[in-house]
Amino acid sequence: MKETPDYEKDIASIRSMMERSVKFISLSGLSGILAGIYALTGASVAYYLVYYPSSPFGFRFHYIDEQVVLIKLIGIAALVLLFSIGTGYFLSLQKAKKLGTTVWNHASKQLLKDLFIPLVAGGLFILILLSRGNYIIVSSASLVFYGVALINASRNTYHEVQYLGYTEIVLGLVAAMMPGYGLIFWSLGFGLMHIVYGTIMYFRYDK
Amino acid sequence: MKNPFENLDRVLEHRVRLQIMSVLVANDSYDFNSIKEIIGLTDGSMASHIKALEKEKYISVSKSFIDKKPNTKYKATERGRSVFKKHLDALEELIKQQRKQ
Repeated sequence: MKETPDYEKDIASIRSMMERSVKFISLSGLSGILAGIYALTGASVAYYLVYYPSSPFGFRFHYIDEQVVLIKLIGIAALVLLFSIGTGYFLSLQKAKKLGTTVWNHASKQLLKDLFIPLVAGGLFILILLSRGNYIIVSSASLVFYGVALINASRNTYHEVQYLGYTEIVLGLVAAMMPGYGLIFWSLGFGLMHIVYGTIMYFRYDK
Repeated sequence: MKNPFENLDRVLEHRVRLQIMSVLVANDSYDFNSIKEIIGLTDGSMASHIKALEKEKYISVSKSFIDKKPNTKYKATERGRSVFKKHLDALEELIKQQRKQ
């Protein structure tokens, strides 16, 4: 007959296996913070392209319907995305090594699949909006789709990701009600919120 | 009161089998190598425990090829899920009873 500690060990091992098989735990809070910083940098450059020297709330010298400005803005967004993904991958690799696990596992594959389906749908939707000259709700749409993607993917990682998702959706909807302030909401959602939630995750899980 | 020992499943009393079932109950399906990595098993011991669970029809197997490499996936069957749940309840009951003593 087994002793109590044995049964408790059985229960503990069930819990640990369930969690480790479902959750991608190598996600680093630091990558969220850095992604936020890249986004704010990108948004500042975009501000110079579109508004400078006025305030982002005021009169504009350039409008996005100038083809060159639009292409530059898409280029900045792509760079921010690329740097964020690169940093996220690199830091996850390091954290996985520290935790003695792998980056490319069942949980991370599921996470990416859940993340990318809404993200690709949103990306295509936004490209269609851009191609038809609908610039006003691009920022709002990107926030909403990103939020949906995060909530969809959060099943396989830390639950803070889910709350970040809700925050992005709310910001996206508010942005839709305030056309013309897209860049500000975009900076809040992709910049500030990544830094806030990244910091929370950093102190909870990276330390 | 009924003795909770009777509800313990003798196949799942082995911890590795219990761990394999935990992974399969928490996920739709999982492949051989991923289970092996997460529990930290050798090919040989993994194969023997999987065989035991398969024989009891607690799990089902599907074999396919990805890039010409064999990919073996496992799923918990309905029977496997209910046995697992019963085993888990029995474990909890045992811990409760032994704490009272």
